[in-house]
Amino acid sequence: MKAVYFAWVRERVGKTEEELDPPASVTTVGELIAWLSAQGEGYAHAFEKPSTIRAALDRVHARHEAPIGMAREIAFFPPMTGG
Amino acid sequence: MATIRVQGEDFDAGAEAAALARGRKDVGAVVSFVGLCRDEGGRLAALELEHYPGMAEDEIARVAREAEARWPLMGVTAIHRYGRIAPGEQIVCVAVAAAHRGEAFAAAEMLMDYLKTRAPFWKRAIRADGVAEGWVEAKSEDETSAARWRAAG
Repeated sequence: MKAVYFAWVRERVGKTEEELDPPASVTTVGELIAWLSAQGEGYAHAFEKPSTIRAALDRVHARHEAPIGMAREIAFFPPMTGG
Repeated sequence: MATIRVQGEDFDAGAEAAALARGRKDVGAVVSFVGLCRDEGGRLAALELEHYPGMAEDEIARVAREAEARWPLMGVTAIHRYGRIAPGEQIVCVAVAAAHRGEAFAAAEMLMDYLKTRAPFWKRAIRADGVAEGWVEAKSEDETSAARWRAAG
């Protein structure tokens, strides 16, 4: 699965995208956030407050309890500030 | 039906609004909104807008479809810029055509409220003193504004 990061999530993680291979026990967006936050200092900083993290599965907004399923791309970003 | 554009370059909001009614005799109202970059009392040198290519267009299109499902609209155009935008420059434009002003005003407002809270764009403030810059924080008022439309069914 490809992960993409935006804004300060991208800056803290230190990359714009990467391939992820989480264990099979990770089935939801929220579980993936918890797993990512244990992948190093930058990830821990990026995901320190999970409630501020928004996610999208294959470019559609997804809640933390949403199952990842067969999604090819998962995105993590802060609350949006466009307009 | 909606025209959605996500682009780096500026746009002509007047021409976009006029285009919605051109050659038609059933349009009675065109409402357009332009969001501009403010200098925040001289503190801001520019905004740098990051976006999620692909999802930005898709999400604005989803918002436009919701507006079209809710009101009898005759045309919708939404344009959002990304990249560096200086104070005084245009950031976003929505234009809506309908038979009557009520639905045109309401749809334009809903489009902007939803666009602000759902379209994947992030603003970074670049300060005039060049010392510090930071990501603009989402405002709870924007969530409240967007929630009105859900509450109203």
